[in-house]
Amino acid sequence: MSTFWIILTGALVAASCGIVGCFLVLRKMAMIGDAISHSVLPGIVIAFLLSGSRDSLFMLLGAAALGLVTVFLIQWLHRSGVQSDASIGVVFTALFAVGVILVSLYTRDIDLDLDCVLYGEIAYVPWNTIEIGGTDIGPKAVWGIGLALLLIVLIVGAFFKQFKLCAFDPALAAAVGIPVALFHYLLMGLVSVSTVASFESVGAILVVGMLVVPPATAYLLTDSLSRMIGYSALVGCGSAVAGYYVARVLDASISGSMVCVAGAMFLLALLLSPKHGVLVRQWKQRRFARERSA
Amino acid sequence: MFDWLQLLSDPNARWILLGSMLLGIGGGVIGSFAYLRKQALMGDALSHAALPGVCIAFMLSGSKSIGLFLIGAAVAGVAATYGIGFMTRHSRIKPDAALAIVLSVFFGLGIVLLTRIQHSGSGNQSGLDKFLFGQAASMVRSDVITMAVISAVLIGACALLFKEFKLLSFDPGFARGVGYPTVLLDQLVMLLLVVAVVAGIQAVGVVLMAALLITPAVSARYWTEKLGVMVVLSGLFGALSGIAGTWISASGNNLPTGPLTVLACTAIFGISVVAAPKRGIVAKRVIRAMARSRLARESETERLRTERGEQAL
Repeated sequence: MSTFWIILTGALVAASCGIVGCFLVLRKMAMIGDAISHSVLPGIVIAFLLSGSRDSLFMLLGAAALGLVTVFLIQWLHRSGVQSDASIGVVFTALFAVGVILVSLYTRDIDLDLDCVLYGEIAYVPWNTIEIGGTDIGPKAVWGIGLALLLIVLIVGAFFKQFKLCAFDPALAAAVGIPVALFHYLLMGLVSVSTVASFESVGAILVVGMLVVPPATAYLLTDSLSRMIGYSALVGCGSAVAGYYVARVLDASISGSMVCVAGAMFLLALLLSPKHGVLVRQWKQRRFARERSA
Repeated sequence: MFDWLQLLSDPNARWILLGSMLLGIGGGVIGSFAYLRKQALMGDALSHAALPGVCIAFMLSGSKSIGLFLIGAAVAGVAATYGIGFMTRHSRIKPDAALAIVLSVFFGLGIVLLTRIQHSGSGNQSGLDKFLFGQAASMVRSDVITMAVISAVLIGACALLFKEFKLLSFDPGFARGVGYPTVLLDQLVMLLLVVAVVAGIQAVGVVLMAALLITPAVSARYWTEKLGVMVVLSGLFGALSGIAGTWISASGNNLPTGPLTVLACTAIFGISVVAAPKRGIVAKRVIRAMARSRLARESETERLRTERGEQAL
């Protein structure tokens, strides 16, 4: 049974990150995902210190707030003349450093393990369960991530047209009256939510893998946004399942293995994707050259 | 009050301080070239990518020698830069996504290897996880000497190739035109970045090494418009934050060195943003206020002049 819960958690994380990650990859903001996944750490720790519990709601709020602060700071620095990638680097390293120091300052008093926050311990998920009316309804993490996924699916589904236009042509979106800035911050909020929902299982650092690698794989496989989101979620879930068994065989970190499997899938798509694969294109060119010469 | 004097009298602590100072200078110097070439986040990717290299070097050799780690991390770093370059050149993946993919997959692989080493329980592995966040206090003298030599080589290389790097940063097309081997120089900058990352692994850790490459350079950019001054200032800021971080970490409270160094660096950055001449917030406010008052004065005299003109009519 615990195997089932672990794989379910991994798949839910992969699906929620895979959906929001598509928009990050399309808007060329993949590194903002990296930045947010690092800088939610102080938000999580502060929420934990203030509330004194590992109640997911407080952590969710703390992390979402810090995610928005990160985006705001990055944009402010960029507007005042710093290159955008450098402003990302300055902001997230500073916030992450604050988080690590807070964790190591209070790590003796509280049960928030640094390793657990950073690269996740999905193996402990099945033991932390919720009970309602005396019956065990499953691990807390599954409910948390499930709710996050539901929220993401609802918001992206409701505003799909707006998100799509903002991703491909922000100028046109602004011209037809879509509040581009609002949707930008909404997207960033969703990234923060999926990050914090996953940090317990995948860890703050490896969330970026789930945010970027499956969407990039899907990006190589299709040209339609809705299909890209579907493929991305599928690739993410597939790597969660396969990663679990790889980790069992190797006796190593489960979340690390999940990202590695996702990386392997990306490599396959990069080389063999029917439309954009590097090898496939070479074969096509060679066949074309042969046909011409024949 | 007497703690830090005591710290200075301890020869080991002096070595460690010297090492982190040299590391800060090295990171600041090569970081400014990376910043000007718009590759600031490359340092982030390379420092994450160094982790599997370090782990493989440890698995093959079974010893924690910084020389072998250097080789392992350098190989991993070169593989990472090659991977990023291959993806951006041969597929529709954009540079930022390529960077993020390489960073996360290499780091994931590193975590897998790290946990494997920890689970296999070969006695010597304790302390390998310190590489994630750095613990300057755990360094011994030979480590510091290696680190200092690496940083010195790094600074020397940047000083010797200053003219070439300058041209490469501002006008790569022209550099190619006058016959500089730009591809080679490009890869040399990457290699030096890898070297800086490796030198910093033990003191700052792989996760936060990126800050030492980015933040001093961005802070220095606030103060000057000249490359030479910027490189020197950036090295100075790096050295200051290295010293401050190591010092606070070593003076007893057992906090990891890396985050403290990064926070010292960020403090310098904050001061630069507020107080730098011309580009700082205060300077901008003052300049704007002066311009506004001059404008007001000018329009006032203009008004008086036209009034007087009307009276004369």
